[in-house]
Amino acid sequence: MNDMTNKWIGQRTIRPDGAEKVTGRAAYAADTTMPGMIWGKVLRSPHAHAVIRSIDTAKAEALPGVKAVVTRADIVDFPLDKPVMLGIQDMRWMSRNVMAREKALFHGHPVAAVAATSESIAAEALRLIEVEYEVLPHVIEIDDALRPDAPILHDFLRFEGKPSNIAGKLEHKLGNIEAGFAEADVVIERSFTTRPVHQGYIEPHACLVSVAADGKTTIWSSSQGQFMVRAMTALLTGLPQSDIRAIPAEIGGGFGGKTIIYLEPLATLLSKKSGRPVKMVMSREEVMRASGPTSGSKSTVKIGATRDGRLVAAQGTFWLQAGALPGSPIRGAAGCGFAPYTIPNVVATGFDVVSNRSKVAAYRAPGAPIGAYAVECVIDEVAEALGMDPLELRLKNAARQGTKAAHGPVYPRIGFMETIEAAQAHPHYNTPLGEAPAGRLRGRGVASGFWFNAGGESSAQVNITEDGNVVVTTGHPDIGGSRASIANITAELLGIDYKRVSVLIGDTATIGYSNLTGGSRVLFASAMVVTQSAEKVITSLKERAAKIWKIDPEAVAWENGEARPVSENAGRFPPLSLAELAARATETGGPIGAGVQLNTTGAEGGFATHLCDVEVDVDLGIVRVLRYTSFQDVGRAVHPSYVEGQMQGGAAQGIGWALNEEYIYDRQGRVENAGFLDYRMPVCSDLPMLDAVMIEVPNPKHPQGVRGVGEVPLVPPLAAVANAVHDALGKRFYALPMSPPRVLERLEG
Amino acid sequence: MAKIHVTTTVNGEPVEFLCEPQQSMLDVLRGPLGLTGSKEGCGSGDCGACSITLDGRLICSCLMLAVEAEGHEIGTIEGMASGDGLHPLQQKFLEMAALQCGICTPGVLIAARALLEKNPDPTETEVRFGLAGNLCRCTGYDKIVRAVLETAAEMRGAKAEMPEAVR
Ligand code: FES
Ligand code: FES
Repeated sequence: MNDMTNKWIGQRTIRPDGAEKVTGRAAYAADTTMPGMIWGKVLRSPHAHAVIRSIDTAKAEALPGVKAVVTRADIVDFPLDKPVMLGIQDMRWMSRNVMAREKALFHGHPVAAVAATSESIAAEALRLIEVEYEVLPHVIEIDDALRPDAPILHDFLRFEGKPSNIAGKLEHKLGNIEAGFAEADVVIERSFTTRPVHQGYIEPHACLVSVAADGKTTIWSSSQGQFMVRAMTALLTGLPQSDIRAIPAEIGGGFGGKTIIYLEPLATLLSKKSGRPVKMVMSREEVMRASGPTSGSKSTVKIGATRDGRLVAAQGTFWLQAGALPGSPIRGAAGCGFAPYTIPNVVATGFDVVSNRSKVAAYRAPGAPIGAYAVECVIDEVAEALGMDPLELRLKNAARQGTKAAHGPVYPRIGFMETIEAAQAHPHYNTPLGEAPAGRLRGRGVASGFWFNAGGESSAQVNITEDGNVVVTTGHPDIGGSRASIANITAELLGIDYKRVSVLIGDTATIGYSNLTGGSRVLFASAMVVTQSAEKVITSLKERAAKIWKIDPEAVAWENGEARPVSENAGRFPPLSLAELAARATETGGPIGAGVQLNTTGAEGGFATHLCDVEVDVDLGIVRVLRYTSFQDVGRAVHPSYVEGQMQGGAAQGIGWALNEEYIYDRQGRVENAGFLDYRMPVCSDLPMLDAVMIEVPNPKHPQGVRGVGEVPLVPPLAAVANAVHDALGKRFYALPMSPPRVLERLEG
Repeated sequence: MAKIHVTTTVNGEPVEFLCEPQQSMLDVLRGPLGLTGSKEGCGSGDCGACSITLDGRLICSCLMLAVEAEGHEIGTIEGMASGDGLHPLQQKFLEMAALQCGICTPGVLIAARALLEKNPDPTETEVRFGLAGNLCRCTGYDKIVRAVLETAAEMRGAKAEMPEAVR
């Protein structure tokens, strides 16, 4: 872990999968084909809420070229009375999300699927399926869903004994909230709303599935977890997991949105029925209508502080949209908002609210940006009321080693204060905003954020090739450069050039169970299993050298990719290189390699502080980010470029969330902007350079000091931008996005 | 439906194919021609993942009819590297980690090459507008812009002046 002695950890090496990606050769799911392949398509509900009385597929099945049709009758159902959990997902809801059962619950909800010999025949067949609907009143917004006369989505949901659209509640409590507020000199309470936003991965969901005559099934798909694909598909189709081989294609972005499945069980059933490999690819419109965005929200946050700037009480209530089926990320919203601070008295409550929208999916630190938006905006107001610098207030109350967080843990060594101090000392914070051109106003905002991070199950296999190079296999789809980091770590441990290490992602048949790429866990967890595997390999290499030299294995050291005697006393032998030992593997005990499978623990939380400068055009209402700097405790930057990349990408997504992105619904409950033209994500010309300052406070519970870095970057930006807009205009916004029409409205109001 | 016969050039090589009249160039590239390096992110001209060149001009192949290729020259990502050598932009993207998931990368590279052919010495702003038709959701564009500026400088034989993060 000592920087001075590291040769590869911390180096900006070339990623192992890079050349294939810049030449267009990398195989993503939609690029995969098979002989005899046919095309699957999904029929989707044209109504936001409707009972499905009947589905008649006869005409579609009679169309020449149609090979199979599946409906709700083909998907495994689960009794509603008890949860069927797979990780954090309840398969009762997943089954109903993949295919509508009694009711269509949102516009775009799958109702049937067909497979045909061409895409156009499949599309034609969809038009021939006759579905009889009984249209019901629908509800989209939280406030409407909570009204006493609201249409109830699910008869089986009860809240406080009554039928309700509230699907769940979570509460964190610390100290005595009344006593805390009684101690406060300043109390600020505000209410906020945010709109649902999509993860916006550029690659639509896609899969190719082949079910052979004996039931052996191969799935190539775009997902954040091949084992998740296998398990969920098995549960929804009734196939045993041992019959399913799920192969992770290269993934074109996920950001949490590919931690669940949509197409795989449908394609599997279609392939089983037709006897042909079936390919399914969503259109962008389908992605926007029917794959999960993250929740829209409303929240109220109240914070009390003493005159000298001590935060003494904090209360937050967060209502999150789940979409049509339960499961919004209230844990992230209620758990993360106050987590960066030492506040003795806290109550944080989250409510999970269903309505006739597509079911939400994880999006980078699920829920945390929503919680942090409200909390960090109120902290900004508290600082203003106290006449304190907003970073100074944060520093004074920053969580540190020993702080007890309301969501449970007592923090070990963390680097949150360091992120604030780095921001204070950075040229960005110390450079005046400068004169804005006529008709424009400038402002600067700050905000901080926290994300839990995760450990969990991982497997790795490290094998030495016969010519003395290394192949590492892990079980996590690489979504942003994790293979590059694993190459660095393996090279470091074995003392060889990183180019001699090849890193592969195994499929469900070739590597042990590994949990999702999610929770910022991949490098944390895979580095642990790779490290332990490499250590076993080194032990074996030393034993082999000892055998050749006929000395005790204890007397052999592994240095710079070679075995050598620990000292002259052990004997005088020329060193044996990895290549030499590999060449003599057969005589010294056989193939050299080791695998480790673990349930990893010790992924400690991550913290960041962001600075944002904006310029607002007061005539057009356009907010432009002029300068943006993120400061994050990254634990250990094993490959700094890809750590910075996470920080920059998260900041850009947060800026989009703050300024432009939102789902817009019409009166019939249909998404009106289901495409990239009208769902406006930041393009290159919208953004400035995004500075990323990595602060390395190594995680004491990890061999390389790694902390998760992928999700924290999306937590602070919403409030950082909002606080900057306030600084520019002198007016506060309590709703996102701060899009041009909203800004103009606020300026006039 | 009767198919149409098209004779064209793809990455410098003569190519013939049959297509339906309404089929997009992107579909033909990815389907019958097996050139899956061009990606479909939207099919509506809004993401740039399908970027190719038509007689050297940057276009979205999802918006071009395949029949329009007749007699023209198509350039795709598969033709960007020559022999065993990567194009300087490809090399720089690797060195500077200008890709994460890589799904936007073929389109971004084609757009960046088209930009540098027109303007070998672009400013940061010119690069940003030159790539404004290419969505990338992973990188926040920072490393992409830097890699393009640095490649441009290298191709001119100059040293890149990296923009500082100042207004
Ligand atoms: S696929 Fe052509 S622009 Fe998106
Ligand atoms: S690298 Fe993933 S979209 Fe650009």
